[in-house]
Amino acid sequence: MIKRIEYPFTEEKVRALRVGDAVALSGRIFTGRDRLHQELADGTASPVGLRDGAMYHCGPVVMKEGDGWVVRAAGPTTSMRQDPFMPRIITNLGVRVIIGKGGMGEATRAACRENGCVYLQAVGGAAALLAASIERVEGVHFLQEFGPTEAMWELVVRDFSAVVTMDTRGRSLHRTIERNTRKNLKMLLEG
Amino acid sequence: MKKAHWEKNLVELIRRTSTDLPADVENVIRRALGREKKDSTAHNFLSMMLKNAAMARRESVPLCQDTGTLSFRFTVPTGFDTNGLASLTRSAVAKATRLGYLRQNTVDSVSGELYVTNVAPAAPLMTFLQGARKTVDARLIMKGGGCENVGQQYSLPDVTLGASRDLEGVRRCVLDAVWKAQGRGCAPGVLGVCIGGDRATGYAHAKEQFLRKLGDRSEVKVLARLEDRLTRDIRKMEIGPMGLGGKTSSLGVKVGTLSRLPASFFVSVSYMCWAFRRRGVLLGPEGGVHRWVY
Ligand code: SF4
Repeated sequence: MIKRIEYPFTEEKVRALRVGDAVALSGRIFTGRDRLHQELADGTASPVGLRDGAMYHCGPVVMKEGDGWVVRAAGPTTSMRQDPFMPRIITNLGVRVIIGKGGMGEATRAACRENGCVYLQAVGGAAALLAASIERVEGVHFLQEFGPTEAMWELVVRDFSAVVTMDTRGRSLHRTIERNTRKNLKMLLEG
Repeated sequence: MKKAHWEKNLVELIRRTSTDLPADVENVIRRALGREKKDSTAHNFLSMMLKNAAMARRESVPLCQDTGTLSFRFTVPTGFDTNGLASLTRSAVAKATRLGYLRQNTVDSVSGELYVTNVAPAAPLMTFLQGARKTVDARLIMKGGGCENVGQQYSLPDVTLGASRDLEGVRRCVLDAVWKAQGRGCAPGVLGVCIGGDRATGYAHAKEQFLRKLGDRSEVKVLARLEDRLTRDIRKMEIGPMGLGGKTSSLGVKVGTLSRLPASFFVSVSYMCWAFRRRGVLLGPEGGVHRWVY
């Protein structure tokens, strides 16, 4: 069963999600990588409102076409690098959905529980498929300063596929799997 | 050298590598899909990977937006102009970037500035070997940062792993590397392993294993057995696609060896994500295509 969620991603909507849920996300999302997270966490004003918004850890391949932009490839990048910045961005700017890969650490897990924010794991490497769920590029910020990979792309998506792996109850599927697989590893090393 | 021919076909090599998942890899993913429970996350993710591969191929777009480090390996006839080939390869990379087959993906390590053409010191990487054939054998591997970051190198003996200087010690290292990687290298990936060498050649040889087809087995009996054993063991780990659990934690294990010094015993493990980008082509003296490899 796929749960559909649409922008704005209100507290009520994200608190209804549970670890393991498959979701199809629609509406406005923003991309951001290391440069953007650092700036936002350091207090640089966001050029757009992020309240009830979604931050996608992604550095897309974008081509200029006529006056606009077309995203050719847009899979998730590793989220863990943003772990030092994410709690401040969640708390101060009101981001409620994080999309990325690999999950995030304890600080972000706590911030998700306290503020009502979820982490979604998208399929890493599925760049063509995920790009196909992008309906259009609404705009781009910090393009000059950060370059196209690190820029903040404003995208409108339709049925973007992902799985909830950290929820508002403080559960993390990444942690659970790490624990379970550690047991399996131990068994394999003993056997 | 007919410059235009060479450049065109080198761009085509890059395009195919970036957009067209090799059949051997796709088949292994398809078989893995059959083992996962329907409607599970593992099943959903593997089928999305296959859909992504089909779409990237059909629309000629990158399989993954991280188009990675480009490593070319050229085997050329005696007396061949490798400097000429190197500069043609660089211009092919710049062109493939303009065409959107490669992301602007190369950064100066100190200033943080972007090399917009992906041509920079040591980018692309090129190795030239001399071969007996009249054609140039050009192979390309593109490897992204996510999986590169989870590679591991061990110096045996390793007390915490209980790994001594033997094949059982190697097995322990590889299992440890797979566990540490979890889903972060975009599991299920392929493990390239090198026993021996030094710190530099160990990793290089581990990566060279990615030129082998997934279906082949090491010609050295004990290594072939180790590859099989590790493939079975890793399945029992249940890391699953993207590290969210499931039976498919890797697509295969390839083990090679180099000689070593008596004082050193390195085990180098390189991880290649499921978006396994590897292609090759045999090019004639004028740069025309003789045959595509893989
Ligand atoms: S590790 Fe993941 S994100 Fe990186 S190149 Fe591979 S598939 Fe893409």
